[in-house]
Amino acid sequence: MNVIETRLPGIGVRREIVTGSGRRVGIVAQRDGELDLIISKANDPDACVASIPLTPDEAATIGSLLGSRQLVAQLTEEHRDLPGVSTRQFYIDHGSPFDGRTLGDTRMRSRSGASLVAVLRSGQVQASPAPDFTLAGGDLLVVVGTSEGLDTAADILRNG
Amino acid sequence: MHTTALTLIELGAILLFLGVLGRLAGRIGLSPIPLYLLGGLFFGQGGFLELDGVMEFSEVAGEIGVILLLLLLGLEYTAKELVTGMRQSWMAGIVDLVLNFTPGALVAVILGWGPVAALVMGGVTYISSSGIAAKVMSDLGRLGNRETPTVLAILVFEDLAMAVYLPVLTAVLAGLSFAGGLGTVGVSLLVVTLVLVVALRWGNAVSAVVDSKDREVFLLTLIGAALLVAGVASALQVSAAVGAFLLGIAISGATAENAARLLEPLRDLFAAIFFVVFGLNTDPASIPPVLGVALLLALVTTATKIATGWWAARRQGIGRLGRARAGTALVARGEFSIVIAGLAVASGSVIPEIAALATTYVLIMAVLGPVLARIAEPAMELLERFPRRGPRAVPVA
Repeated sequence: MNVIETRLPGIGVRREIVTGSGRRVGIVAQRDGELDLIISKANDPDACVASIPLTPDEAATIGSLLGSRQLVAQLTEEHRDLPGVSTRQFYIDHGSPFDGRTLGDTRMRSRSGASLVAVLRSGQVQASPAPDFTLAGGDLLVVVGTSEGLDTAADILRNG
Repeated sequence: MHTTALTLIELGAILLFLGVLGRLAGRIGLSPIPLYLLGGLFFGQGGFLELDGVMEFSEVAGEIGVILLLLLLGLEYTAKELVTGMRQSWMAGIVDLVLNFTPGALVAVILGWGPVAALVMGGVTYISSSGIAAKVMSDLGRLGNRETPTVLAILVFEDLAMAVYLPVLTAVLAGLSFAGGLGTVGVSLLVVTLVLVVALRWGNAVSAVVDSKDREVFLLTLIGAALLVAGVASALQVSAAVGAFLLGIAISGATAENAARLLEPLRDLFAAIFFVVFGLNTDPASIPPVLGVALLLALVTTATKIATGWWAARRQGIGRLGRARAGTALVARGEFSIVIAGLAVASGSVIPEIAALATTYVLIMAVLGPVLARIAEPAMELLERFPRRGPRAVPVA
């Protein structure tokens, strides 16, 4: 994917991609730390239909949402030949039982049989996290298992 | 004792008044600069209230305001941004210079104010307000637009042009001979190049010298360095403001960001005082005689700035709406026009009417610029819809 980077002197940096439909979508990273999500107009490609200021938290969440769908789709595709195995994603709420605790603390594998294959945080994928990986609110977990196992995993993550 | 009390009361009253004006400006989405100027006109020489107790302090504070304005301008840009900006936009920059310097200079010549005044007025009409332009583009959500880098590149070029223009102006205003003037210009060009090279190569070292974890130490070091550099530059007749600007460029990276954050409120305070002092020294009665000229100049230089932006944007393959946006974003003149006029008036080597003309002109342009930037799109759409009923289809949202 070709990311176009444009310096905006005195303001910051703009990074954008041109989508297949010809729209520019990107982020203006201002020097004071503000992030703006920008989407170009359809009828005037030079201009933007929106320029939405995002807090770091919001930007991270949007990044995870966009990234996870793709990852889950890919995993589902890979498990298609294995009947009974499916992929599901779980969101760690701020202040939920495992916000700030390690992955090992959940004992998810031994209790549910489901395995955590990846954590998405701030748009970054942490593949096969180790048991000492610390979970945090806003993380998106991608878990593979049987459907009963996944239900149990959901219960564990929700109620501790 | 009494004079101190008077000074404090007057200064307090002025700042409070500016606060009210600033609030008003924020509410109607206006740059506060024209209101500060109006505030200065309201008080002071020939205004409703003469304030003598505060002048001595305010003059120095105004000087510091100019130094901080330029220091922060320098902090905004890294040397790399300046160099690449220069390389990409020098043609647009020169078109901008020719189109917008000429009207001001011509008016001064036609009015018989002489070549020095022509140099001053050319500068006043040339330099866009990068502060107002950046704020307008950010407020209107145009940071993601394609024409925005073009506009910013022109502003960068203008600011760099100031680094050459101000020393020339200072030399001319000081009445140096042609050879002497060439000497200072040579010195300043050399210094500008030197600073750019130092900033590119050893920017980190310069930053490390002024940087400090302790806010208080950092602030004192920064202001101390800025005033010292400005003072030395001034003593060498290279213009105090340019010294501060170059210091700002030499400081880079995280240090520059922290410095900008720390100095911003100080700049706002002292720059406001500077604008007021300029207004205070301008007699409101001198405005009506120059109003016609100011309006004409405003009309012409609005057109020339729009033409500049239009041309530069078209060269980047930007559509008609974008070209109109780029042109109108550049229209606003503000802080630096007043800085130039202030230098000229303080030197006493130009006729005082320049202050009145510059004030009136900036009052018009600082208000007109943001307004035009806002109505550029609807106006263009209206224009495109009306005249030709030809095959040229205009997409309608």
